[in-house]
Amino acid sequence: MGRYIIRRLLQMIPVFIGATFLIFVMVYALGDPVGALFGDRAPDPATAARLRAEFNLDKPLYQQYLLYMRDIFTGDFGTAFNGRPVTELMADAFPVSFRLMLVALAFEIVFGIVLGVVSGLRRGRAVDTTVLMFTLVVIAIPTFVLGTTLQFFLGVELAWIDPAVSPDARFSELIVPGLILAMVSLAYVTRLTRTSVVENLRADYIRTAVAKGLPRLRVTVRHLLRNSLIPVVTYLGADIGTLMAGAIVTERIFNIQGVGYQLFQGIVRQNSPTVVGFVTVLVLIFLLANLLVDLGYAVLDPRIRYA
Amino acid sequence: MPDERPSDESRAQAARPPQLAPEERAPRGPSPSIDATAERDPDDVLAAQEKSAVEALEATGRPESARSLSSDAWHDLRRNPVFLISALLILFLIVIAIWPGLIATRDPLYCRLGRAYEEPSAGHWFGFDNQGCDVYTRTVYGARASIAVGVCATLGVTLLGAVVGGLAGYFSRFWDPVLSRTTDIFFAIPMVLGAIVFLSMIKLGSIWPVVLVITVLGWPQIARIARGAVLSAKQNDYVHAARALGAGNTRILLRHILPNAIAPVIVMATIMLGTFIVLEATLSFLGVGLRPPTVSWGVDISAASDGMKFRNAPHILLYPAAALSLTVLAFIMMGDAVRDALDPKLR
Repeated sequence: MGRYIIRRLLQMIPVFIGATFLIFVMVYALGDPVGALFGDRAPDPATAARLRAEFNLDKPLYQQYLLYMRDIFTGDFGTAFNGRPVTELMADAFPVSFRLMLVALAFEIVFGIVLGVVSGLRRGRAVDTTVLMFTLVVIAIPTFVLGTTLQFFLGVELAWIDPAVSPDARFSELIVPGLILAMVSLAYVTRLTRTSVVENLRADYIRTAVAKGLPRLRVTVRHLLRNSLIPVVTYLGADIGTLMAGAIVTERIFNIQGVGYQLFQGIVRQNSPTVVGFVTVLVLIFLLANLLVDLGYAVLDPRIRYA
Repeated sequence: MPDERPSDESRAQAARPPQLAPEERAPRGPSPSIDATAERDPDDVLAAQEKSAVEALEATGRPESARSLSSDAWHDLRRNPVFLISALLILFLIVIAIWPGLIATRDPLYCRLGRAYEEPSAGHWFGFDNQGCDVYTRTVYGARASIAVGVCATLGVTLLGAVVGGLAGYFSRFWDPVLSRTTDIFFAIPMVLGAIVFLSMIKLGSIWPVVLVITVLGWPQIARIARGAVLSAKQNDYVHAARALGAGNTRILLRHILPNAIAPVIVMATIMLGTFIVLEATLSFLGVGLRPPTVSWGVDISAASDGMKFRNAPHILLYPAAALSLTVLAFIMMGDAVRDALDPKLR
């Protein structure tokens, strides 16, 4: 187990370097960080040259990247457009996005798996067809259409919720945004669970469990569900990263000041340290979540052993 | 309550196989009888068993047993209403995307501010948007950009992903570690995020930057599927046979592996096409996708939902959003139907 974790961590290093380098190149080579500082007006050449030297922008790209990485590993993520250190923005933004992610994940796990199991067990019946159609419709409607209309009806017309989330972003305020964020993934989780349940229903161990007279609930939960959940858990694990990063649309609609909000500000204002810093942390979260999922397999399925 | 009834179902479904099993097993399970009759004459026994197996196969009612996977799939698809409906819809959309003038005679860029937010009326069935443009005309003309982005991005993603994944799967000893790690790198960058970063740096009005960025960030999913498919197709006996007969790598890859590994890639690509259309709309909503002079559903939907402009004129959001959702729905349903036809295991 220990050796497996070490091997996986080592494998993560090239992926981490590659992904961050790619983003770094996009931001620093395609954009013009110094020009962006001056807004619409052209910068004074001498000042621009001094700033370039200050931010190491006059060096070759790979050196810039190495210097940037050195700074990151000493805890210095640079300064955001409003003069605050990027680390401070992160300390504000990540807890908010994390709460939003938790709410969305809870919706996915509870509704996605329940709907998937129900429709899988009643394959071909009316319930199954309804659930499948529902998932297709959810996937087909863009999140931002669903988000703005729901915000309008619940927030403005009915006034059940606040249309905008306060900077504290309490759990109670995040329920509707979390649901919106979860929608598409929820549909995928439902479909995945359904497929998996349908496949496992034919397995020998289910027949055995039924034949030896176990209660139905126990067969469904302990035997069927536990085996059907393996692909679902993979999906959910990969989704954690997507939910943290993909909340840009949801956070923009509901004015939640989380990771997506800060990132979008950074992108619009072409503030390179903010963008690269946040993306670096997001890539790390994504990789670690995937590792945790792989370790979680062993809990769900004792046949899988890591040596 | 919900716990009890589904599990009732599970017992019923699970109980069925044991009853079926003995009948199924009869022609298939030769091993015990070989042991019992081994002393007599093994050849006779084997021949008899082969004969009975062939008879059993014929008895199951497969007159044209040599039907290929693709023709088998086509046979199923023609009878699938879901496929027929989605195929007709897609055909209609493609015709509209190529010749929008067929059903919309006005100019999508002709707008009069005085008519802004006007309700639907005769001759202008979908009303007017916030700029006073005819929503019906813009919805019809919007199909072109949205579908072009979806189709071009899917082609790019599929080609790139299939080539990388196929090579990684086929030359697994040397290329696989390199290509798989490269795939992981691109996979680790969240799609929406990478697209925004890239597109905010490039200021071009056309659809090509959007297509390019979706291709660059979307191929890893296809590559993983293609790699898996090639890895399993490579194990087949006909590949070994072809190699033994002296076929080169190119011939084996194109003639033997490609036709047998392409099915999952096609299914994934059809489903992805729909999601790419949504992605284009999302990027336009965020202000980095297609830009206003371009007529697209994404541009119109984002203009309508920005600042809740649809508050007093729901039609400006409803029609382009419905057109987009219907298109995506058609492609996803088509993907589902094709998957069911190509993968009999899921039936």
